[in-house]
Amino acid sequence: MKKENKKPDRNKSMYVVMSFFVLLFLGMIGYLCNFVNNHEQEMWNNSYNKRQEILASQNYRGSILAAGGEELAVTKVIGDEEIRTYPYAEKFSHVVGFCTQGKTGIESQANFYLIQSNIPLNEKVQNDIAGIKNPGDNVYTTLHVPVQEAAYKALDNYKGAVIVTEVKTGKIIAMVSKPDYDPNQITEIWQDLVEDKYSTVLLNRASQGLYPPGSTFKIITALAYIRQYPDTYTSYRYQCNGYYKKGDNRINCYHGTNHGSLDFTKSFAKSCNSSFANIGMQLDKSKFSDTLDTLLFNDKLPVSFLYSESKVEMNEELSDEAMIQTSIGQWKTQITPLHLNMITASIANGGIMMKPYLIDRVENAHGTVIKQFSPSANGRVMSSEEAEILTELMVNVVENGTATKLSGLNYTAAGKTGSAEYNNVKGDSHAWFTGFAPAEDPEICVTIIVEGAGSGGDYAVPMAKRIFNAWFDEQDSKN
Amino acid sequence: MYLLLSELSKYFITILLALYTLECFISFRFKKQKNNLFYVRQWIYIFAIQFFAFYTMYVKQPKLIAEAIGDYLNIKTENLEVASYIVFFLFIQLVFVLMISISLLLLENCNRLLLNNMCMLLGIGFIIQTRMSAYRAIKQLTMVIISLILALIIIGILGKIKHLPDFIHFYSVFGIGILAIVLVMGNITHGSKLSFSIAGLTFQPSEFIKLLFVFFLASALYEKTNFTNILFTAVIAGMHVIILVLSKDLGSALIFFVAYICIVFMATDNFGYLLLGIAGFCIASVVAYRLFYHVRVRVLAWQDPFAYIDKEGFQITQSLFAIGSGNYFGLGLFGGLPKDIPYVETDFVFSAICEEMGVIAGICILLICISSFIMMMNIGLHLKDEFLRLLSAGFAVIYIFQIFLTIGGGIKMIPLTGVTLPFISYGGSSLLTSIVLFYLVEWIYSRYCEEGGAPLEKGKQKA
Repeated sequence: MKKENKKPDRNKSMYVVMSFFVLLFLGMIGYLCNFVNNHEQEMWNNSYNKRQEILASQNYRGSILAAGGEELAVTKVIGDEEIRTYPYAEKFSHVVGFCTQGKTGIESQANFYLIQSNIPLNEKVQNDIAGIKNPGDNVYTTLHVPVQEAAYKALDNYKGAVIVTEVKTGKIIAMVSKPDYDPNQITEIWQDLVEDKYSTVLLNRASQGLYPPGSTFKIITALAYIRQYPDTYTSYRYQCNGYYKKGDNRINCYHGTNHGSLDFTKSFAKSCNSSFANIGMQLDKSKFSDTLDTLLFNDKLPVSFLYSESKVEMNEELSDEAMIQTSIGQWKTQITPLHLNMITASIANGGIMMKPYLIDRVENAHGTVIKQFSPSANGRVMSSEEAEILTELMVNVVENGTATKLSGLNYTAAGKTGSAEYNNVKGDSHAWFTGFAPAEDPEICVTIIVEGAGSGGDYAVPMAKRIFNAWFDEQDSKN
Repeated sequence: MYLLLSELSKYFITILLALYTLECFISFRFKKQKNNLFYVRQWIYIFAIQFFAFYTMYVKQPKLIAEAIGDYLNIKTENLEVASYIVFFLFIQLVFVLMISISLLLLENCNRLLLNNMCMLLGIGFIIQTRMSAYRAIKQLTMVIISLILALIIIGILGKIKHLPDFIHFYSVFGIGILAIVLVMGNITHGSKLSFSIAGLTFQPSEFIKLLFVFFLASALYEKTNFTNILFTAVIAGMHVIILVLSKDLGSALIFFVAYICIVFMATDNFGYLLLGIAGFCIASVVAYRLFYHVRVRVLAWQDPFAYIDKEGFQITQSLFAIGSGNYFGLGLFGGLPKDIPYVETDFVFSAICEEMGVIAGICILLICISSFIMMMNIGLHLKDEFLRLLSAGFAVIYIFQIFLTIGGGIKMIPLTGVTLPFISYGGSSLLTSIVLFYLVEWIYSRYCEEGGAPLEKGKQKA
């Protein structure tokens, strides 16, 4: 038969078709597993997914707790009603959020865990027979109540935000935003909150508020300068007359202060605008732009809660005016306290940026750990030498510069102040402070913005002091 | 205790299904063992899975089947909760037992793996259809019985026909004719002309025409594979595809197209034709994308379904919610909300299975389908008769590619095409086609054994 000869030949194509479909299906299985592994939470949390209601009918919502075990949000059952209560009320309003009227904060971020119940199967069955709901899983946050309270009190009646993170891990220790609201009253005050457009009470300013960074941005300008002139930056000299002029462009130092003869360290410590305008004009725009890119400007941040992207304009076409203004953190530059805190903490952490996070672990109702979150680095954003140089500069700000209100304590702080002008009227400036302590072996990093208060040195630095003290007191009381 | 057992049964089902799947693949290694009773073990798994699933459903929804039977037969079924479950469950098992024994009786040599896989997939279909609507499950059962009878009649007739390739013009003219009639006079469902009704029964002819199309290609190409012959088949295949595209039945159009490319490639063993086919496929895709709005919508909804979650992306996002919420072990029968997905009983039945029976169960189903495909191709590989070889390989391709389209669409790997999952999806046309397809392969296998071929699965070693 003629087919006898052809057969082995023709089977080649069948093997090709067979392998193709087998591989296609293996790929499909891989795709399916990848989807399940990486998107389960996202699928549960989507408000279009009605399966949340099934869980809500089976389980009580779990509690949200602080690192020390204090209850930040609990569900109380009174008769048939389940009432979500927030014992610390306003103090944790933005960071913990609420879960009626939509979900915000940790209530939204950890919703997936809070609505599940991981108690043993036999208990679930017993509860089912008895017709009672299962207790949901509890979420332990990274937040420290004493530090949060200190930050809340320090900010007083100002609008603004505070964010405190642990340098080596990226754990968020405190996160305050003002104006605030009482989450216990959310249903009653809801209408007022949504109608009140101007004070934007619901906005978490710590992660979503975009502010001009002002002089705090000089940290980044300084970094760019050190990178471009690694051998000569120490011999930098500038004579400040209270203003800087190039062509038609002129800027003044804060309050027109005449800083006199300055080197690099002193320019930074005194936060001399004129000197930094001069520094900025010597920077290579594309290299500066690269530095900004590594620091995640105009980019996504590695966090799993709501935030805003920081903005900066830096390219070869930038005018002198824009370049001068950008070097001192003005022009179109905008940053969130969260992002500034991440950059500062990277300096404290020897150049490695940690991913900030709020949820430490999830436990079932009996305290068995269901899921533990661990610190993770987002990558190196500067060399350890650069981090060391910047730390020295920031220590000098505290010892001899604009943040002397933090000096003479039993720990050494390092930081940078800022007084960011947000409109042209004189004196309208946001007070900034970003820094860490102890400078030798940094533990926490504090970033503060006080809206419309005035200078950072006068308003933000004293707040930082209270927050650092609260942290070190808490640490001392543990030992 | 009942509750605990029903909670645990989802794990039992997963384990049993995994064991069954394992046996499917072990069966390929038939040469190493003697008298292995793998198919008997597979029957036990099939039965046990059915048992646990119906037990769970009874614990969760005792009245489900009694009410459905009441509706279906228009009788009173109060106080018949347990009885109705037992009757329905046993009836399904009876159908399986009859199916297996009649097949073994009528076909001297029957491929056990394909037979078992058919039972397993039909069984999973009954479970998930019962969970979504017991009324539909009862209808599904009657359709399975009718399809089985028709399939046996069809292979009976085929056995009497001496030379099947002689009917080549019947295959093509009849196929194109029917598709054209649907295009002109068909009912419009969800914007596509897919079906027409005779005497209250709705048919979706593109399902059956697939089988005729494979017959046509095998008849045209089994002797001569010269260029003119290929060109002739290309014209006929093109007509099929164009009519389907005009009816907006994209899924079927794709299946015909891919089947054509694969069968020509396997008939000629010429990589040139394969490349030509792939090139043609790409061009056709681009043209369809540019030309048809409904193609663009599908692609858009696939690229970012969450952006169009209210409308175009609704189906696919609901499907993803179901799979994502179900995770590996599933939410348990009646533990989820599969009915939130539009057309869940037909196009998205896989997502419903993943949601309640778990993604592992879903993966097992994929593997069972792949083992069926490999077996069909394997039969083709061993056949000396070129016509039967092409038939078997062609059926294998249309079977597996349809599964890829429906599951790939449901998990957002590829855009949605709206085809059914063989044996599991609800619908008579789909069931009949799948069952006939498997019996055709069984018939080919028995012809192969008559030729004197060695068995292709373990346990039936020649003495």
